[in-house]
Amino acid sequence: MNETKIITNNVNVYYGEKQALHNVSMNMQANEVTALIGPSGCGKSTFIRCLNRMNDVIDTCKVEGTITIDGYDIYSKETSVEKLRERVGMVFQKPNPFPKSIYENVAYGPKIHGIANNKNELDEIVENSLKQAAIFDEVKDRLHEPGTALSGGQQQRLCIARAISVNPDIILMDEPCSALDPIATARIEELMEELKKDYTIVIVTHSMQQAARVSTKTGFFHMGNLVEVDKTEVIFSNPSNKKTQDYITGRFG
Amino acid sequence: MNILSLFIILIIAFIGYFVGRSRANSIRNLSGKRLTSISHYYGYYVAIWSLVPAAIVFLLILIFNDYFVTNYVLSGYEDLENSSRDLIMAQIENTRNGIQLANSLDSNIIAAVKKLNYIESQYRISGFIVVLSISAYLFVHASIKISPSLDSRKIVERVFLILFFSCSLIAILTTVGIVISLLFETLKFFNSVPILDFLFGLNWSPQRAFVSDVSELVPEDIAGAFGALPLFAGTFLIAFVAMCIAIPVGLLSAIYMAEYASSNIRNIAKPLIEILAGIPTVVYGFFAALTVAPFVRNSGMSLGLEVSSESALAAGFVMGIMIIPFVSSLSDDVLNSVPRNLREGSYAMGSTKSETIIRVLLPAALPGIIGSFLLAISRAIGETMIVVMAAGLAAKLTANPLDAATTITTQIVVILIGDQEFDSPKTQAAFALGLTLFIVTLLLNYIALRVVKKYSERYE
Repeated sequence: MNETKIITNNVNVYYGEKQALHNVSMNMQANEVTALIGPSGCGKSTFIRCLNRMNDVIDTCKVEGTITIDGYDIYSKETSVEKLRERVGMVFQKPNPFPKSIYENVAYGPKIHGIANNKNELDEIVENSLKQAAIFDEVKDRLHEPGTALSGGQQQRLCIARAISVNPDIILMDEPCSALDPIATARIEELMEELKKDYTIVIVTHSMQQAARVSTKTGFFHMGNLVEVDKTEVIFSNPSNKKTQDYITGRFG
Repeated sequence: MNILSLFIILIIAFIGYFVGRSRANSIRNLSGKRLTSISHYYGYYVAIWSLVPAAIVFLLILIFNDYFVTNYVLSGYEDLENSSRDLIMAQIENTRNGIQLANSLDSNIIAAVKKLNYIESQYRISGFIVVLSISAYLFVHASIKISPSLDSRKIVERVFLILFFSCSLIAILTTVGIVISLLFETLKFFNSVPILDFLFGLNWSPQRAFVSDVSELVPEDIAGAFGALPLFAGTFLIAFVAMCIAIPVGLLSAIYMAEYASSNIRNIAKPLIEILAGIPTVVYGFFAALTVAPFVRNSGMSLGLEVSSESALAAGFVMGIMIIPFVSSLSDDVLNSVPRNLREGSYAMGSTKSETIIRVLLPAALPGIIGSFLLAISRAIGETMIVVMAAGLAAKLTANPLDAATTITTQIVVILIGDQEFDSPKTQAAFALGLTLFIVTLLLNYIALRVVKKYSERYE
């Protein structure tokens, strides 16, 4: 078992009056893929968005409880949201490259955080990030063409390259393959296998097969509650909760 | 031929609707079969047949009435040219209306008056009969044609198609007509003033060319009086001052509205800004002339600057205020339409709000924002009331915003105020100015579209 990276303790999330998450307590280990599964509207996306404070953007959203990364409370007053998001990257459901060139997309993070000292360093970061995201060979001859001209799967890998360009500890993936075809999905899954050597990955997915394929640990959410969390093979072969069993056997969801 | 016949065919059509509907209903009840269309459509079918062809004939008679009447009355005068024919016709009509006394005129005119009265009453009666009989005949014809297999729904659909098409055609034809009339008057103007003298001449003084006796003028005099370059310069100077106000204020307030303001503030502030666009331009005009211009002049004087009492700065400033909502409202819409996932992508990279705006949102929204700028510029160039009231009248070539400047629109107003004869170069100059304005605006819109398209291709 790897060291524990993220600890959430009794997290409650409210959108205005409506409570979206109830007392979610869960640990996530470094250099592992943790999958969050559950039916639509169960709160798994809300939960993952708490980990880099993306919910701050929504005016009515309120988060209670504690979330620590490496023992450090990310909701404390001293935390800089910008610095937090530099350490906790995110890949979204729909590929969202900026309307800039492929190069500029990847250079975006290093530029705003002042990571590269000169053009050569920046070039190097861009190249390494693209290589890590397994897309460099496909785009190396057209780095200055718009990122939006790539195919959906390539765009998603570009977004992954963008996320790792600032050298984060953690990568959050919110249904990263739901807009992609099976071949592009397989490539992203292979990529995750590689990436978990360097990063902690938390992935929300609708596909139980995907969770079974890529993750070490799986959490099952239902109606805003974390019903069960355990090693992936346990969840899929011998879940202790009736609801989990019903869900993974396809009886609802 | 009178308005009564129009009323009668309207009534026939109205009755036709009910007749058609009830006939369709009774056919259905008798045969027990479903009709191809619901009974309303048979009502519309009869109504349309009773109304539309008769109304078209009515219009045609109305349009060609004058032509035939004049031809008949002036049947003895074929060899005259058009303008004197018009003159005689006017004389005849005046005599009939008692404006000119008959005994002072020759017997030909009196005979013509009789002819006029006769033919007009003939036309009136026969037109009345023709229109009504067309309507009545088609009413009966359409009512008889109603049968279960008649697809009146399809026919009504086609009539609507023609109706919508002709309405859009009216708009297009009006535009074409206006452009053509501008073009012809402008060509006439360029007969007396060479086009290069107009476009690049430095001296604008149309009053000089407008003396009581045109024959006293030498052509060089006319040509030298219509150099429009100072007007173009003034127009662009004032528009430039306006854009210097409107672009920064409009764009920055749009960014505040779209990105920073809470929804409560936005709901109040956005309509308030848009009210600016609803203020009549006359009000802006006297605001410019009575408040801003003296203020500019006084503050300029206290700084030791020479400021004219009707400065381009004052007019441009007020025009800029007027244009703010054009820029802010459009830019705000454009910023709002940037997909949310781009914002989230940028925030997730750890960038702040302003970094997101400058590096992601503005580049993504650029085509729309440039479009709003160009729209605002063409609005500024075409704006009339503020400059008539607050900018100067004297055409002076200057780039100094503290000086008085005049614009294309101001000069058109000045030229066309009061009674004018329409064949003098002075009035024709207004058409030339109008056409220039039209072309410039058209070009701006074209460029705006090109820019928007180019950027969209790059980013999508």
